[in-house]
Amino acid sequence: MNYTDTTIAATTPFLSLENVRKTYPGVVALDGFSMEVRPGEVIGLVGENGAGKSTLMKILGGVTTPDTGTITVDGNAHNSLSVEASLGSGIAFVHQELNLFDNLDVAANIFFGREPLRAGPLKLVDRARLREMVAPLLKRVGANFSADTQVADLSLAQQQMVEIAKALSIKARLVILDEPTSSLPIAETDKLLDVIKALKADGISVIFISHRLHEVERVADRVVVLRDGMLAGTLGKRDINHDQMVKLMIGRMLKEREKASEAARAPGATALAAKAVRTPTYPGRPVDLDVRRGEILGLAGLVGSGRTELARVFFGIDGSLGGTLELDGKPLALGSAADAVAHGIFLVPEDRKLTGILLDFSIAQNISLPNLPAHAKHQLVSASAETATAETQKKNLGIKAPSVATRTGTLSGGNQQKVVLGKWLAMNPKVMILDEPTRGIDIGAKAEIYGLMRALADAGVAVLMISSDMEEVIGVSDRIAVMHEGQISGILDKDQFSQENVLLLAVGKQPK
Amino acid sequence: MSKKDLGLLILILVVGAIVAIINPRFLLPINLANTSNLIGLFGILSIGQAFVIITGGIELSVGSLVALLGTLFIDFIAVRGMEWPLAFVLILLLGAIIGLAHGWLITRLKLQPFVVTLCGLLIYRGVARFYTADGTAGFAFGQNFPDLEFLTAGRSYGVPNSFIALIVIAIVMWVVLHRSVFGRYLYAIGKNEEAAKYSGIRTGRIVMAAYVICGVLTALSAIYFAMYTRSISPASHGQFYELYAIAAAVLGGFSLRGGEGSLIGVILGTVLLQELQNLVNLLGIPSSLNFAVMGGVILIGVLVDQQWGVFRARRLMIDAARKNVAGAPAE
Ligand SMILES: Nc1ncnc2c1ncn2[C@@H]1O[C@H](COP(=O)(O)OP(=O)(O)OP(=O)(O)O)[C@@H](O)[C@H]1O
Ligand SMILES: [Mg+2]
Repeated sequence: MNYTDTTIAATTPFLSLENVRKTYPGVVALDGFSMEVRPGEVIGLVGENGAGKSTLMKILGGVTTPDTGTITVDGNAHNSLSVEASLGSGIAFVHQELNLFDNLDVAANIFFGREPLRAGPLKLVDRARLREMVAPLLKRVGANFSADTQVADLSLAQQQMVEIAKALSIKARLVILDEPTSSLPIAETDKLLDVIKALKADGISVIFISHRLHEVERVADRVVVLRDGMLAGTLGKRDINHDQMVKLMIGRMLKEREKASEAARAPGATALAAKAVRTPTYPGRPVDLDVRRGEILGLAGLVGSGRTELARVFFGIDGSLGGTLELDGKPLALGSAADAVAHGIFLVPEDRKLTGILLDFSIAQNISLPNLPAHAKHQLVSASAETATAETQKKNLGIKAPSVATRTGTLSGGNQQKVVLGKWLAMNPKVMILDEPTRGIDIGAKAEIYGLMRALADAGVAVLMISSDMEEVIGVSDRIAVMHEGQISGILDKDQFSQENVLLLAVGKQPK
Repeated sequence: MSKKDLGLLILILVVGAIVAIINPRFLLPINLANTSNLIGLFGILSIGQAFVIITGGIELSVGSLVALLGTLFIDFIAVRGMEWPLAFVLILLLGAIIGLAHGWLITRLKLQPFVVTLCGLLIYRGVARFYTADGTAGFAFGQNFPDLEFLTAGRSYGVPNSFIALIVIAIVMWVVLHRSVFGRYLYAIGKNEEAAKYSGIRTGRIVMAAYVICGVLTALSAIYFAMYTRSISPASHGQFYELYAIAAAVLGGFSLRGGEGSLIGVILGTVLLQELQNLVNLLGIPSSLNFAVMGGVILIGVLVDQQWGVFRARRLMIDAARKNVAGAPAE
């Protein structure tokens, strides 16, 4: 262990964990872990998928109880915290998975159960007061929507902001952010990092969990690295850098950052073509787009620019309001996702919990689901065939789980994402659409997924990758299409790639 | 058999033993035969309901359908002189068509299952009463259908044929629900319809098929009920049967949210319900309390099941923790 921290060591810790252990059936999620949090300190918490980061935070949030170990808050030792005790001591918690009520508006969500009430026997909610209380919080997170917007109408990134505002609404002394930026594009991410800095300035501690190491580099005073439930090391402010973190995370140096080979590829024939396709969200904006065989086409744009909506049309979930789709030059009519799947068009959706996987199904059952008849004889499912397919995917993707019979809902976020990928990779894709494919995925697995996408492309698959991660879009794509308010505002070829050009197109301006 | 089902089976045996001790008539062959006949009739109905509930839906019209289809069946063979096998097939077909219509309204027009089938409940009851002009459908004196009567109300080796029919249907439907591709799709849809759709499942068709299965099984049980009572007054025949079916499924471990439950569970649920009916009769409990007893037992059953689940989850955690601590070597 290289405990090199000396900067804030003098301050007494607000909170400390000692020898915390947490097991689940078949898994040791945390194994004798200790750490301290001091007032006004920003701690970056990093580690591979399944390393135990979320588990640690759930213990602090009082959502789960550790098997053994001590949690000390303000000098008082506890075996575990309850949710009330956690909130009471000022620990605010933003979960990795969003937990908002779709059918309520922003203000109601932020102060759910704590609404200011009007005087009188009816105890009506004081809407005016509520708005007053919510406004500064929204301002603090830099929200561009009003307090009475329905949550269902917000994008994922905007919902993330609501979650953070909610965390700020209690008098927090420690704010825990579990992968808050995984669904945020650059501009919003910057805002969030500013929020973190502002919190620090107010003397509030922050634990910031992220797989985007350069963000951790930018804000953390100290980095705690978890590996297999154990403390792999701590880095003080001066020692925080990308390579050090990776080394501690995976126990070795990553050979080289995966980059798309620079060699120009001869573009293949067009696989999927959209001609004047109009999505239900932007009915007035026809989209033309070609995805060629053997290429990775990056689809960039701001949140709400209509990328996911376009993917839904390509996958047959939504009907196009006009225009035509073509597959290999032949007209393509999609009445449902089933039609798309039958044509070899697959989608890894943006929201894995809602649409990507069945949390209650096992890994094997999830992976076989889209191709179940192939795992059945005379319409009867063969469990051994399912297991065989799932084992292959588990091995290829490095899915971390006790077995393929494990319930998918118990996997860590990143491993769930790999299950979604696995179910399509087990079939023969012709067009593979990936909507934010590396969201919440650790750096090692990210490189693997980029490798997989490249291998698919090399095998002649047309790959369409929607991503808000600028590095990813530029590093992985062969061409980049940028969307702005429902339309393709431009397509960049490899020699035009730059962050600036993508951003210019994303706001509807011309590239340089 | 899952632990849940096993618990239910034990409950059935315990209740049976208690009733038998208090009133030995419980074990008389005639009583057992009567009860198993009813289990057969309600079991077929409940399996149909179970297929709908597993998708997260509900079918409230089955009681009225038992009345309408039973009335039609008797009318076809007793009044219109139709050959009974033809009438039999026609009634099943009618059940399928009605199921298809419900499924279509629910999946294509996006109406709520509760609403669609509640309307069905009212409509079919009304139609049945209108059809007989609020009279009674029955057989004329001396009218006999030996084959049909044997198959529906007869016995083989003392076992009611309706019960045997249930066993056969249960085995087939067990395979369909727990082993087939279709069954897996049903569970997938019940657990998360969106995710099932995104996995390329034609969810609409599968849900429709579930309602068709329910319609056919309801039609079949309608014939059995008709041949059991032999005369039908559509105003009351089959009333509340949908609730018996739903109750059997809930007792058997089905969640009304969908995606949960087993075929053995719904059968055991039916058995327990009929045992309770029998208990009310045999123990001299006023029959007006019938529903109250049923409701009470279901509530207790669901409560125990839920609390037990919480307890078991906790114990599993503790066990795992112990095992891991004990098994962790000094590294
Ligand atoms: N409720 C649960 N039941 C069983 N196992 C669980 C449960 N929750 C977490 N685990 C397991 O504990 C381990 C740690 O999971 P955790 O969610 O803490 O990882 P993580 O570091 O947050 O990963 P990620 O970066 O993918 O979010 C994983 O192996 C996971 O499968
Ligand atoms: Mg996590």
